[in-house]
Amino acid sequence: MSTTITALIAEDELLLAEHLRAELAALWPELEIVAMAAHGQAAVDAALAKRPQVCFLDIRMPGLSGLEAAAAMAEDWPEGAPFPLLVFVTAYDQYALQAFEHAAVDYVLKPVQRERLAQTVQRLRQALGGRAAPADDTAPALAHAMAQLRALLGSGMGAPAPAAPPLRLLQVSVGNTIQMVPVSEVLYFEAADKYVRVITAGKEHLVRISLRELLPQLDAGLFWQVHRSVVVRADAIAKAVRDEAGKLSLQLHGSTDRLAVSRMYAHLFKGL
Amino acid sequence: MHTTPPRFAGHAHSGPVCQRLLRHAAHAAALCLMLGLLLAAMAGWRHTGAKLAYSFAIGMQCWLYIDGGRALIARLLHRRYPDDGECANGWPGWAWMAFCVLLGAALGYTLGVLLGDWLTGQRSIYWWEASWGSIASTAIFTLTMASLTTGYFYTRGRLLAAQAQAEQARRVAAETQLKLLETQLEPHMLFNTLANLRVLIGLDPARAQAMLDQLIAFLRATLSASRSGSHSLKDEFARLSDYLQLMQVRMGARLQTELTLPAELQALQIPPLLLQPLVENAIKHGLEPHIEGGHLRVSAALRGQVLLLSVSDDGAGLDAAGTTTGTRFGLQQVRERLLARYGQQAGLSISAPEAGGCRVEISIPLREAQAPSA
Repeated sequence: MSTTITALIAEDELLLAEHLRAELAALWPELEIVAMAAHGQAAVDAALAKRPQVCFLDIRMPGLSGLEAAAAMAEDWPEGAPFPLLVFVTAYDQYALQAFEHAAVDYVLKPVQRERLAQTVQRLRQALGGRAAPADDTAPALAHAMAQLRALLGSGMGAPAPAAPPLRLLQVSVGNTIQMVPVSEVLYFEAADKYVRVITAGKEHLVRISLRELLPQLDAGLFWQVHRSVVVRADAIAKAVRDEAGKLSLQLHGSTDRLAVSRMYAHLFKGL
Repeated sequence: MHTTPPRFAGHAHSGPVCQRLLRHAAHAAALCLMLGLLLAAMAGWRHTGAKLAYSFAIGMQCWLYIDGGRALIARLLHRRYPDDGECANGWPGWAWMAFCVLLGAALGYTLGVLLGDWLTGQRSIYWWEASWGSIASTAIFTLTMASLTTGYFYTRGRLLAAQAQAEQARRVAAETQLKLLETQLEPHMLFNTLANLRVLIGLDPARAQAMLDQLIAFLRATLSASRSGSHSLKDEFARLSDYLQLMQVRMGARLQTELTLPAELQALQIPPLLLQPLVENAIKHGLEPHIEGGHLRVSAALRGQVLLLSVSDDGAGLDAAGTTTGTRFGLQQVRERLLARYGQQAGLSISAPEAGGCRVEISIPLREAQAPSA
């Protein structure tokens, strides 16, 4: 009986991607690489389309990093489908290694060495074997993966080094003038391609910075990320409402906008 | 009640005021002991205990009033003039110090004699009862000792401060050097290059060898460029080309490069690897994060009597790049090298071309580039 295992490789450097594929082919003949992605967003799209059982994700990729790609996958992963096992691949990053150890996530160092990769394959086989037995334990697997990703994202790795004092004023250029918007007046930030939409009680602005770059400059206690593309000022939240499908959304003071909370961040709203 | 908390601007040697006073007290006590023994010896070791008692009673009080006065006045002055570095360091200036020495010595001597009398049970002749000659000689002796001791503490403080400053400067220089090396030998770049090399050895040994040669040339240049000196533009462009070819193995078609160096400019001299951080920035912040990659152009040109060197890319652009800390260190380092070598004559400007991306331009006076290495 041939039980093929499906996998995805996300790596922006072609030679390294091919090498990983070749090494895996030698070590794990039953493994079928169903997708090769050259950047983070391609990895997310391919993973959601093909639903592989294992994902090998390079940490530093153009667009989304491996970590952000994994988080995006977890956010949009269909209910009921088993979430892939994640293996991160990195060339050098001492902080990443600490974070990986801490979150108990499997990782491989580049250059990939066969003996080390064999260990990883062994571990993946065990995990997949254990997973096949009970019929439906997908939810815990996804929850576990999300807890790991939260720990990794929380460790600040992959993000630019945090600026010392939190941002207090946003300088928004509008034509020839620069408008000052106090951060304390912002209701929420929403990523829009390379820009961030800044929504205050009465107005909306666009700033030329990515949400990823803006996030470390905000006071983490005052601003909560509730979705891959939304950061909300905690004080502006009036209530969190769960609908029949179990999806959380936020209602704000001073705005009629409803903000969806993705499952990566649903743990922020527990209620007493 | 204090309205403002006392501030002691942190010069390395000053330390907490109390610690410093205690250290001075120990020195003063040693001096009192020496002086007391000297006086006892001069008196043929008669009344040694009494001599020591007077020496300590007078000497330590002189020290207390002079040094205490110095610390107090410096502190008051510092509160009044917070920007004065000397006051922050506990030095009120010579005028105030002379005042402290005069008053402190007079007070210390007078009260010291009284204390000595009380300790020994003797009755000295007080200065107001003594002859003018004896007053003068006592005053001269006491003031001389007080001045010498003050001078000793002052010089010692200066010396310690200078030492601490030199130490600090050395540490900063070493840190900068280390950071420079770390950015040039960026571990992520190095390990990814090695990973590629390892794969190539199996697939295409000839290409692997070429890549290894480029890596060797790049490493050699990087390690020697940390020192000063200069090399020709031709060498500079050759090293950049090594680096870019290494990056091309990794990035493939995502990195398109174009190096333009007119033949007549090849011999001009510039500091080694001056452009390297700019090229690295362009790739790291401009092209690597860009999914489609892009073009990187490095060129040298002459405009009048000015040599223009430019590095430009059509990648992610300034707004994205300007916010990461890495860029600033690279740019700052290039700026510092230019300033150290050419003073205000050289310039560095950053612009965002219409087409997107980022362009950095360096201008160096032609005659500076023609001069052999400084």
